[in-house]
Amino acid sequence: MSNLLAINPTLLAIALIVASTPILLAAMGELIVERAGVLNLGVEGMMITGAICGFAIAVESQSPALGFLGAALGGAALALIFGVLTQYLLSNQVATGLALTLFGLGLSAMIGQGYQGVRPPPTSALPLPVLSDIPVLGPVLFNHDPIVYLSFVLVLACWLFLKYARLGLILRAIGENPEAAHALGYKVVRIRLAAIAFGGACAGLGGAYLSLLRVPQWTDGMTAGIGWIALAIVVFSGRRPWRALLGAYLFGGVSVLQLNLQAAGIAIPAAWLSMSPFVITIVVLVIISARGKGDAVEPAALGRSFHASQ
Amino acid sequence: MIALERRAAPSRFWAYLTPPLAVLLTMAAGAVLFAMLGKDPVAAIRTIFWDPLFHPQFAAYSRPQLLVKAAPLILIAIGLSLGFRAGVWNIGAEGQYIMGAIAGAGVALAFYPMDAWFIFPLMVIAGLLGGWAWAMIPGILRVRFNTSDILVSLLLVYVAQHFLALMAVGLMRNPDGGGFPGSRNLQHYPAAANPELFPGTGMHWGVIAAFIAVIFAYILLTRHLRGFQIRVTGAAPRAARFAGVSPGRMVLFCFGISGALAGVAGLFEVSGPSGQISINFHAGYGFTAIIVAFLGRLHPIGILLAGLLLALTYIGGELAQFMLDLPAAAIQTFQGMLLFFLLALDVLTNFRLRIGKRAPV
Repeated sequence: MSNLLAINPTLLAIALIVASTPILLAAMGELIVERAGVLNLGVEGMMITGAICGFAIAVESQSPALGFLGAALGGAALALIFGVLTQYLLSNQVATGLALTLFGLGLSAMIGQGYQGVRPPPTSALPLPVLSDIPVLGPVLFNHDPIVYLSFVLVLACWLFLKYARLGLILRAIGENPEAAHALGYKVVRIRLAAIAFGGACAGLGGAYLSLLRVPQWTDGMTAGIGWIALAIVVFSGRRPWRALLGAYLFGGVSVLQLNLQAAGIAIPAAWLSMSPFVITIVVLVIISARGKGDAVEPAALGRSFHASQ
Repeated sequence: MIALERRAAPSRFWAYLTPPLAVLLTMAAGAVLFAMLGKDPVAAIRTIFWDPLFHPQFAAYSRPQLLVKAAPLILIAIGLSLGFRAGVWNIGAEGQYIMGAIAGAGVALAFYPMDAWFIFPLMVIAGLLGGWAWAMIPGILRVRFNTSDILVSLLLVYVAQHFLALMAVGLMRNPDGGGFPGSRNLQHYPAAANPELFPGTGMHWGVIAAFIAVIFAYILLTRHLRGFQIRVTGAAPRAARFAGVSPGRMVLFCFGISGALAGVAGLFEVSGPSGQISINFHAGYGFTAIIVAFLGRLHPIGILLAGLLLALTYIGGELAQFMLDLPAAAIQTFQGMLLFFLLALDVLTNFRLRIGKRAPV
């Protein structure tokens, strides 16, 4: 008999948030990048680099905060390689993004050699005063580590930025028509580079969330496809921040559920359950794309190189 | 001020020069990397690129490995290059490679222990079909529903890896294996084995298939209408449509060919060098083949050379691991850097550098 009833809903909800946060962070970064008309397929590579940078720095300094900062910087630095190649040297974005993933996986495994089996310093929870005392909702929503709150703030900030900020409007214009934006005097390449660096920093934070909090330890290739799921979430959110939040939580939910089912000893081989997040991602991608564009945003210049001489 | 000016046509000179230049730059950057790891950079580069071929003691072992490692890379990269030329991004060759191996090994295990001449050919067909079918999923989804083929093909790699684990510990587990995961070793089953054909060369059926694929792709691209259509679709998709090329059929064709070749590469690997379906049977050839395809400039002959070079880095990397204690991941980093340099240098093929004031337009 399986012990499905032993699954505690409050703990499940907390686990859901912990599982969704890395996906959400990475997806939010990539969303901004794609809104600027750039397709960076290197999310997986930037996440894993962030995971090891954050882990190594946190272990060496015994400060998770410094670790997360280092992860964001590491992710952004790697993203800037992509940025220089695609924006200045006008390389193909698909191929360069793939190169970033391959390189990031190798680099992280190399840096991480001495860190296998090491325990990172714990990140303490930051219960929000008053709010965390609300029964049920308090422990579920308001008793988390600072990065979880940051991820929510990030969604709100990205939404406000894209919808109301002048720079957000410029960014979107660059994504739709870089030639026109350039003609209006906007610095297409510079703004895109900033977006790419932001995307890298978010992916790096997401990676460090895995290695410092969710797992928490370092193993080679520990992102195990989460970066690709984040990319898929950006697609089926229609590049809208709140829907990306929904998507990230949906897939956080699927992965938590399958882990719980595995732990509960249900009579399905673990491998079937482990592949379910990927299968479900594909199914949702198909459903969304079959419905047509709807009100989804697909920047007209997505994935195209921009060169001012054209 | 350095400015770029688009060339009217890609420079042939630079198109030929950039791959070797990228290799040289990668060696230089790799030397810096190895020095940072505290290894003698010259010794490391020599161990990776020279010793596998010419070391008095190890070369006898590692030289045949060159063909063994290059064959799957070339087979997969040839298929991928056709798609990349036409703007069809199949980046899930790793998954198709795994599914081809599972399908082929499945045939062998179903016939075990029967001895018949037709088993190996049947396995080859199953390998082709396994990879083809797995690649058809993203292909059909893109054509039918306009789903991102990049994401679906890549996500299917993870599905295939978990499926492989399922097979290795479940359905295909060796009943005489004492409960260890992994199938029967096909090398011990003569009717299904893909042995070394000439002792000491590393030549097996997969190597022959790789050479055939190179020739086939060369003829396709230079002599056949389909190849012409592939090139036109890549260069000018609109023009191709006016010329009557069906975009949907082109997507399916490219996915089908690349999937089938990746699948059969997996079959030759599982029945030959690796011998059995096991959890970690796949070695990332499907991803490295992407580097091979680009390093070979998507040209069959180029891919042949690039496949041999990347195979050399695999063998040299193992040797350096053994002799210099260089971490295994260093080679993966090295291969990633190679692709970076290659993509970066491509700017010279398509653009002219103008140093000084930009010319008035």
